[in-house]
Amino acid sequence: MTKNLRVKTSKFIDETYKISFKFNGKTYYGYKGDTLASALLANDIHLVGRSFKYHRPRGIMTAGSEEPNAIVQLHNNTSRTEPNVRATEIEIYEGLEASSQNCWPSVNFDIGGINNFLSPVLPAGFYYKTFMWPASFWEKYEYFIRKSAGLGKSPIEPDPDIYEHKYIHCDVLIIGAGIAGILAAKTAAKNGYKTLLVDEKPYLGGSTIYQNSEHFKISNQISSSWLEKEINEIKKIKNLEIKIRTSVAAYHGYNFLLARENLTDHIPLEQRSNKIRHRLLKIRAKKVITATGSLERPLIFDNNDRPGILLCSAIEKYANFYGVACGEKNVLFTNNDSAYETAISLYQKGINVEAIIDSREETDSKLIKETEKNSIKVYKGYTVVDTYGYKRINKVSIMQLSKDGQKAIGSKISISCDCLGISGGWTPAVHLFTQSGGKLKFKDEDQVFIPNIYPSDQISIGSCNGEFTLDEIFSTVPKTLKEFLNLKKTDYEDLEIKSSFNKSKRNIWLLPSEKIIGKTKPFVDYQNDATAKDIKLALREGFRSIEHVKRYTTTGMGTDQGKLGNMHALGIISETTGSKMGELGTTTFRPPYTPLTFGTIVGRNVGEYFDVFRKTPIHEWHIENKAEFENVGQWKRPWYYPKNGENMHDAVQRESKAARDSAGILDASTLGKIDIQGTDASEFLNRVYTNSWSKLAIGKCRYGLMLNEDGMVYDDGVTTRLDENHYIMTTTTGGAATVLGKLEDYLQTEWPELDVYLTSVTDHYATVSVCGPNSKKIVSQVIPDLDFSDENFPHMTFRNAKISNIKCRVMRISFTGEHSYEINIQANYGKSVWEKCMEVGKEFNITPYGTETMHLLRAEKGFIIVGQDTDATMTPVDLQMDWIVSKKKYDFIGKRSLYRSDTIREDRKQLVGLLTENPNEVLEEGAQIVADIKKTPIEMLGHVTSSYYSPNLKKSIALGVVKSGKNMIGQKLVIPMKNKQINVTVADPVFLDKENKRLNA
Amino acid sequence: MFVINCPYCGEREQSEFKAGGEAHIIRPKQPTELSDDQWAEYLFMRKNIKGIQFERWVHTHGCRKWFNVVRDTSNDVIKAVYKMGEKPPTK
Ligand SMILES: [Zn+2]
Repeated sequence: MTKNLRVKTSKFIDETYKISFKFNGKTYYGYKGDTLASALLANDIHLVGRSFKYHRPRGIMTAGSEEPNAIVQLHNNTSRTEPNVRATEIEIYEGLEASSQNCWPSVNFDIGGINNFLSPVLPAGFYYKTFMWPASFWEKYEYFIRKSAGLGKSPIEPDPDIYEHKYIHCDVLIIGAGIAGILAAKTAAKNGYKTLLVDEKPYLGGSTIYQNSEHFKISNQISSSWLEKEINEIKKIKNLEIKIRTSVAAYHGYNFLLARENLTDHIPLEQRSNKIRHRLLKIRAKKVITATGSLERPLIFDNNDRPGILLCSAIEKYANFYGVACGEKNVLFTNNDSAYETAISLYQKGINVEAIIDSREETDSKLIKETEKNSIKVYKGYTVVDTYGYKRINKVSIMQLSKDGQKAIGSKISISCDCLGISGGWTPAVHLFTQSGGKLKFKDEDQVFIPNIYPSDQISIGSCNGEFTLDEIFSTVPKTLKEFLNLKKTDYEDLEIKSSFNKSKRNIWLLPSEKIIGKTKPFVDYQNDATAKDIKLALREGFRSIEHVKRYTTTGMGTDQGKLGNMHALGIISETTGSKMGELGTTTFRPPYTPLTFGTIVGRNVGEYFDVFRKTPIHEWHIENKAEFENVGQWKRPWYYPKNGENMHDAVQRESKAARDSAGILDASTLGKIDIQGTDASEFLNRVYTNSWSKLAIGKCRYGLMLNEDGMVYDDGVTTRLDENHYIMTTTTGGAATVLGKLEDYLQTEWPELDVYLTSVTDHYATVSVCGPNSKKIVSQVIPDLDFSDENFPHMTFRNAKISNIKCRVMRISFTGEHSYEINIQANYGKSVWEKCMEVGKEFNITPYGTETMHLLRAEKGFIIVGQDTDATMTPVDLQMDWIVSKKKYDFIGKRSLYRSDTIREDRKQLVGLLTENPNEVLEEGAQIVADIKKTPIEMLGHVTSSYYSPNLKKSIALGVVKSGKNMIGQKLVIPMKNKQINVTVADPVFLDKENKRLNA
Repeated sequence: MFVINCPYCGEREQSEFKAGGEAHIIRPKQPTELSDDQWAEYLFMRKNIKGIQFERWVHTHGCRKWFNVVRDTSNDVIKAVYKMGEKPPTK
């Protein structure tokens, strides 16, 4: 049943190396060097997928990365499965398994195909117009849309492959190794530039390398032979690095580019383990030479999308490079000379060309003459008006074009065929150039956009710059390179060039047929099924901007970003609205040029390397003692220490009780520590904290609140005066870096006259905090030389001490409301001090507790946690912390904002305590607080910020922010939950030991 | 991603730096004397220019120094870099 369409040996294909692969479950054979597309075509398979909207059968259209139709799923239902892979790019390997996408149940019989017959009711904007209304129906529509749309399936198992990122710095980067790129690479590298040449293909030489015609010669050699010698030469140059299978995805400002180097996608699966699959190259180039070539344009006519319709250049490549005939009865349709090149290639390989339909009336070139000499019928001044055949083209009908090209006239002629080549001329691949910020200009004579204004040190050469023919390349590129690279000469001047290509072209963006447009399907964007009709409809409905038309019709919004059809969309808009192409502008070209896998983007940052984390010097002990951890900023902090299968609640209740009844121990090493020194240190603290610091005696500690300039609470912590000009500030764990940054900012930019130096010492010290009524007994045994009497060492003071011979700082400060001590010691000794406390504390049932218990204990005391009870909209007054705002100080950060009209409002949200009617009911943090449940719309007064069951008070306690809450003590409010309402009473936020007796207990 | 020429360290990747908004906004010396509107002008009002903009940057993952940058926001071209306290270039 399957035919073999391999025609003649090609030197790019190794026919001694047979490879078997599966497509839609069936086994086929190809050769080393084949892509999936060329191997399928060799087996006479054109139908590979269904279109997105109408589920029309679609075949291979191109031979490159611009392919819109032939996208497949690889290795379905495995961990390596990948959707949206272009069959034209994937090189076959033993065991390759590919399947069609976007069809159900099979590519040959697809239920969605019914959309094709429903297409009159699926016009542009159909989804917007229909499914968005009524809004409540969206959920129902969505299910069906998703099921019938489906561009492939993502893998559900972890990715078994390894990916990597690499930085590259070079003098000159050359993108594209076609003939222009090769000239550039040799010229740059030979003149001493450290050069990198990349190409997305697995070979060098672009389309010239398989160009075997006598019509194109360089120095009297066929162009491919000449180029081959050049390539062999550049491979020997030392300062030239060449990377194939490397596709530049993004070109950012300052010549920063991202490229994906594909290392294993072309080898059998079993050989891939422990190899890097893709490498994301982050390239910083001093100079960039873009030589990305050009893409052949299709032609837009009725039913121009059937399997068996390919670009002429693709048919030529399949014949010359892969030795594959795309059909046995080929018809070519063109508006320029390219199709004749194709015809000659096919003729040379013994492949039959039935006819050439040329929209130009009068044309004359050596290529046409030779074609006609070979008795190929040429229809001049004709257009294809329709095509036939559902799953494979079998016939075209053609008509004459009117003089103005707007009508099809005369009688219809039918030509049977099994393959139709189309060529609408060439579009320079300016995608990367515009990504870099470059501005284009429209060149009327060729109807192309080419680079105009370069935003960085870069240049475009070859056909991506509109230099399409061999003689244009050799007359322009060497000159451009000389100027760009500051050279006196290149190797490429005064070469004898023979090029028979005639550039004449008859550009008609939308070709006419005898039918009215409403009855036709001239596809502009194949992947998204957008037709010329849709574009015209969008214009009729009032859309004008190309960006709007694009979104309304989805033109250019597929995975191929409309590489083939975008120019036609512009052309049709320009013709319909009468505006000039150059004035319309283009849509934005966005990275990536071709899709990247997520693996490539994340590289090695997966699993435990997804984000770095920090651990305290006591971390190992916490692990040995089965702590559960919580992420706080980048830190891993013990959350709670479950014992004998306890759940979190039970563990926290036990820990909280132990800390108040006897002794608890907390690893507080994560708190930010900033060492502050200088003769103006006190003045500096005065300016950054709300309270006064000038009179703090040496050896004393003070709690401070830091505001933003807008008056909102930013951070808090205890700062200790170690000496006359020396303080140590503690910050919240999460705020350490930003607080230091903010303080540096003020010091360097606002107050450079202050003599103050800031140093982060967070990592230098371990902090062991022991609290509870027995804390003194424990700590005094750990540090026997220190006098722990209340007279010598009262609350809010610090003492220098020694444990064995090691210096440490002991602060008597408390975040739990209990009598407690913090031992700060050089990080290396943290774990041994902790263990010593545990050992000594055994007889007092010393209990390690985590962040959850710490939060509970401080909530009992009504102490805030910045970031939990505050959210950058809370002033100290809102927090009922007026006591810490100095009235005497002339200025401090945020002071002026505390009496702006907005901050002095009485009805701001204020921090209060909340007690539930049922003492066992624990509120949900984040729950909304209201007064009147019946009022509509219901008025939100605030929300719960912290909530716990307190084992020490034997009831539920919560903190929350409530509008005018300060004046509502004793008032009843309601917290509406999904299935119930919870009654609460507003209370003072301090629930336990208001007189602070426990601090000295 | 652009390259910034830190006046203390030299050329480094943008990812080493953090932007700090408009430059040359001086914190009022006597905030208490200002009306709400005057204070709001200092606190909230910032230019958002398409074109040449004077801005503050800090070399967060380097020398931690603040400095000024003159940047064309339409194409990210950096026209000048100068230290805090130095006069902005006039051309
Ligand atoms: Zn620096």
